[in-house]
Amino acid sequence: MAQRLKAGSPAASRASMSVDTNIVRKIASLARIAVSDGEVEAMTGELNNILGWVEQLGEVDTDGIEPLHTVIPNQLRLRDDVITDGNIRDKVLANAPQAEHGFFAVPKVIE
Amino acid sequence: MSDLTDLGIAQIRDGFQAGDFTAREVAEAFNANVATAKSLNAFIVETPEHALAAADAADQEREAGAVRPLSGVPLGIKDLFCTEGVQTTAASHILEGFVPTYESTVTERLFVAGAGMLGKLNMDQFAMGSSNETSHFGNVISPWRRNDGGNAPLAPGGSSGGSSAAVSARLAPGATGTDTGGSIRQPAAFTGISGIKPTYGRCSRWGVVSFASSLDQAGAMARDVRDCTIMLEAMAGFDPKDATSLDLPVPEWEAGLSSDLRGKTIGIPKEYRVDNMPREIDALWERGIQLVKDAGANVIEVSLPHTKYALPTYYIIAPAEASSNLARYDGVRYGLRDLPDGANLQDMYAATRADGFGAEVKRRILIGTYVLSAGFYDAYFTKAQKVRALIARDFALAFEKCDLLLTPTAPSSAFALGEKSDDPLAMYLNDVFTVPSSLAGLPAMSVPGGLDQAGLPLGLQVIGRPLDEQGVLNACLAIEERAGFTARPGEWW
Repeated sequence: MAQRLKAGSPAASRASMSVDTNIVRKIASLARIAVSDGEVEAMTGELNNILGWVEQLGEVDTDGIEPLHTVIPNQLRLRDDVITDGNIRDKVLANAPQAEHGFFAVPKVIE
Repeated sequence: MSDLTDLGIAQIRDGFQAGDFTAREVAEAFNANVATAKSLNAFIVETPEHALAAADAADQEREAGAVRPLSGVPLGIKDLFCTEGVQTTAASHILEGFVPTYESTVTERLFVAGAGMLGKLNMDQFAMGSSNETSHFGNVISPWRRNDGGNAPLAPGGSSGGSSAAVSARLAPGATGTDTGGSIRQPAAFTGISGIKPTYGRCSRWGVVSFASSLDQAGAMARDVRDCTIMLEAMAGFDPKDATSLDLPVPEWEAGLSSDLRGKTIGIPKEYRVDNMPREIDALWERGIQLVKDAGANVIEVSLPHTKYALPTYYIIAPAEASSNLARYDGVRYGLRDLPDGANLQDMYAATRADGFGAEVKRRILIGTYVLSAGFYDAYFTKAQKVRALIARDFALAFEKCDLLLTPTAPSSAFALGEKSDDPLAMYLNDVFTVPSSLAGLPAMSVPGGLDQAGLPLGLQVIGRPLDEQGVLNACLAIEERAGFTARPGEWW
């Protein structure tokens, strides 16, 4: 990955980071959202607006700064390896669009 | 007897305990207000029977000499909280018809404390929005109108816009909200009520439909500071079911309320004086400074140099987390399924999600997917997490010089519905004062400061150190006592 935001060259980085309709189709496919041609056109413009705007972060010198992952220091807890729930199959399935024989049902995936 | 719906949470609690009225009378009064306010569209589901059942239990317990902290108090619940047996949609089509088989920790705590539920409140879809215009169930209309006689429908703020409208219109004495980048504070400011987002980790996120997990935090919205305090005390607390829940005791915030700010230093962040800030917002801020000085506080100017980068940082991190969280809506386990003829599993996912998500939700999922995709992760997401660290450090450095920060809550009063909905960026900019403290996980609260020339409420925001909800509440109480804000919307609905 060679594309980096560079301070002082917003125009250059914007050109390098913009999305076209093919990229929008690719992203939509990764996100499993079906999109029409019209939606792709509209979203390309909107996404470029937003991405162009967030690229101002390129101005910020972050050399040597650790990315923040936890806002409030908090130790992740361990608990005893014991069963704390279960035997609620019908509750788990209660909202399934299609449940059969105690399972979630989906379209056939193996021919 | 005066109208029970004019009473706030503390007054209802105290009056109920003193025997001035029954809990059933209170629940019936609020149920009636909810039923006659359909034009505000504040509720997605009304649950008068839930409110009445809690009230009857409270009345019986009082007979037996046992009352709980919120006995007799009915509340509105934002539709982001899963409620057992009651539809929970996050105002989305994809969750339409979803009836949780479990109760969120926060609502469980409120109900165990004796509260009843008036209904599930409308909101921006998946809490993504600042105006309540992204709900699948239609816009919430603010009970407030400009005094120009034009009657243009105004935004109640967002994403907790059903909550703000309901409390402001006396449909509920208090309501739960959630805040990811300002979704409690901005709607509170737009509707002349109070709202607090506590420190990240104070309230359990378990059973709250996830948007951006490192930012999402539940909080209280009510007509005044004391009422918010009472609610928050019942909502907060350690929950082993949420890995980011803070394992700390909940302070007795209500007992600790004090409007005496002597000995406190309040910082005024100079970078919040943004370009094109309306003169009235500036005047409100000056007034707030005078009010906290009158309460004994020492006021100094402080600097939060990375403030201007907070919004672009937020609009990388929040969509990134959202795109991951919302991957769960697959048409298999719950919610909508769209299965076109002959479709395979992948087609079903794509059709379900295309049909089930609104435009703003799709926009954010796509941005999030892009900034997390191979080749762009470092340039966008890692970069944003680094700037987020600098924003958090700004606050930490400022809090070496002062105890609290005072800012306006929003850069304008309520705007008209439709005014910003065509321009996502213009909408995002409305959160300029609330997003930085969200990125840093800090407790922050909006309290009414006055009206603008159009007769619309304006809010002041107090931001505190991590875990210093008490300091935030006290400063807001001092402002509230001195601002003398008594305005309420005329009952046109």
